[in-house]
Amino acid sequence: MDRHLAIIAERDPAIRAFVRLTPDLAAHQARAAQERYQSGNSLGPLDGIPMAVKDVLNVEGVEVTAGSRILEGYRAVYDATVVARLRQAGAVILGMTNCDEFAMGSSTENSAFHTTRNPWDATRVPGGSSGGSAAAVAAAEAGYSIGSDTGGSIRQPAALCGVVGLKPTYGRVSRYGLIAFASSLDQVGAFTSSVVDQALVLTAIAGHDQLDATSSSRPLGIDLDLEAGVKGLRLGLPREYFEVDGMEVGVKAAVDAALRVLEAAGAELVDVRLPHTEYGLAAYYIIAPAECSSNLARFDSVRFGRRSPGAATLLEAYSQTRGGGFGREVQRRVMLGTHALSSGYFDAYYLRAQKVRTLVAQDFTAAFEKCDAIVSATSPTVAFEIGSKTADPYQMYLCDVLTLGANLAGLPGLSVPCGRSEGLPVGLQILAPQWGEATALRVGRGFELAHGE
Amino acid sequence: MTLSRDDVRHVALLARLGLGEGDEAYYTDQLDSILGHIDRLSEVDVDSVPATAQVVALEHRLRTDEARPGMGQERALSNAPASREGFFVVPAILEEEP
Repeated sequence: MDRHLAIIAERDPAIRAFVRLTPDLAAHQARAAQERYQSGNSLGPLDGIPMAVKDVLNVEGVEVTAGSRILEGYRAVYDATVVARLRQAGAVILGMTNCDEFAMGSSTENSAFHTTRNPWDATRVPGGSSGGSAAAVAAAEAGYSIGSDTGGSIRQPAALCGVVGLKPTYGRVSRYGLIAFASSLDQVGAFTSSVVDQALVLTAIAGHDQLDATSSSRPLGIDLDLEAGVKGLRLGLPREYFEVDGMEVGVKAAVDAALRVLEAAGAELVDVRLPHTEYGLAAYYIIAPAECSSNLARFDSVRFGRRSPGAATLLEAYSQTRGGGFGREVQRRVMLGTHALSSGYFDAYYLRAQKVRTLVAQDFTAAFEKCDAIVSATSPTVAFEIGSKTADPYQMYLCDVLTLGANLAGLPGLSVPCGRSEGLPVGLQILAPQWGEATALRVGRGFELAHGE
Repeated sequence: MTLSRDDVRHVALLARLGLGEGDEAYYTDQLDSILGHIDRLSEVDVDSVPATAQVVALEHRLRTDEARPGMGQERALSNAPASREGFFVVPAILEEEP
């Protein structure tokens, strides 16, 4: 733990992965872990491992702000279930990591506090929204970290920072204590430096939670298959994912090379189609804003968070607090969502988007009849320069075109580093059917072994 | 479908977002542009397609009807911008008639 704090002190002033450190908490937890170790009572493989938590998960007693001014000073009064489970496994919590405000963004540039830098190139973004969590692991500031993924917010930063990231099946990991963005899309997951570590963390956090009615008790089943390799597995290559607008030549080349590695290791590559891919992006940018407009209604200056001074009436308190406390991307999405749900527009926007969502899910079901896992690039580009996609919001939304399908369909998705383009990391995305984390991890681990990293 | 400044003003009121004069124009442009991209949804034939109600098949779970300790008043009030005697204090709900 001291070593991690020293690395943070040395590297984080430049990278700024963290928004706040919890050194006293970490020291207390590290001491306890040390005592357990010395008396032969270790809690398991995660005991004493220093880790970091995205600023959207409640850690009791710690300031949690979702990257927003509107929650400045808010101290969590309970632990998120994921945090509680990791504490039980002996986690040493180093601090809260930076993220796009309320998890809305693909670059961490929407944080109200500061922009995190990609450890590979400080002029570039780490991805988002869990950019701080990804950067912390990439820079060895934390042994692993926790993030959340609503449209790609774990997988895309994992790809841009060259680490492993997993979005579990919807319902695999409890969302209790996660500051909600879009409740039918959100999932909590981890960043690690290897697939095996990913399996360890997932085992610790997955499983039914009484406090989350959408969580499942289905067993993970990952101990058996993880080292089985990819021989005999059919890997689906969706044409639409390989032909997206803006796919960089270098990213395509790195992914193609990864496919050759997988083929040489015994996987069978199969062409599949996901015909509604393009419409999935549009559906996501109705559904996610609609759900967020509802979830963010609670930030009303009454029970928690900031209140704008000088409001004479309750309505003014609402408007001034929210208008002044939410950043631009959050306001955009809240307004978009409110519009999509409002009288006269609900059928044309929200209802239609939920029907297109069904079609996206059906595309995946059909594809999985021909393959065991779907493989593609995670992101169409490598890490882009800070400020290069902020002029047109839709350009930023396009970053998620390959990742958001899995959120719409509730599928597990893993991103593993697969090479470089122009010296920057490229991520390979592996999607499996619902509850198929074992398959995704097996392919990821098989790739790691065959690729030799 | 295009979005007008009146639409944005209406939506901002519904969402309790206080917008300044310059903000209205700014957001109108951007939201109108985003909706322009999203309008392609109208191309999809959704006639006999059910809307997604659940992403994964949820398991129905009930627990026994037993009272349990909740958060407690102290914790519930601990982050309030203003509180008094166990209440959240807010500005006037109704404007007074002059």
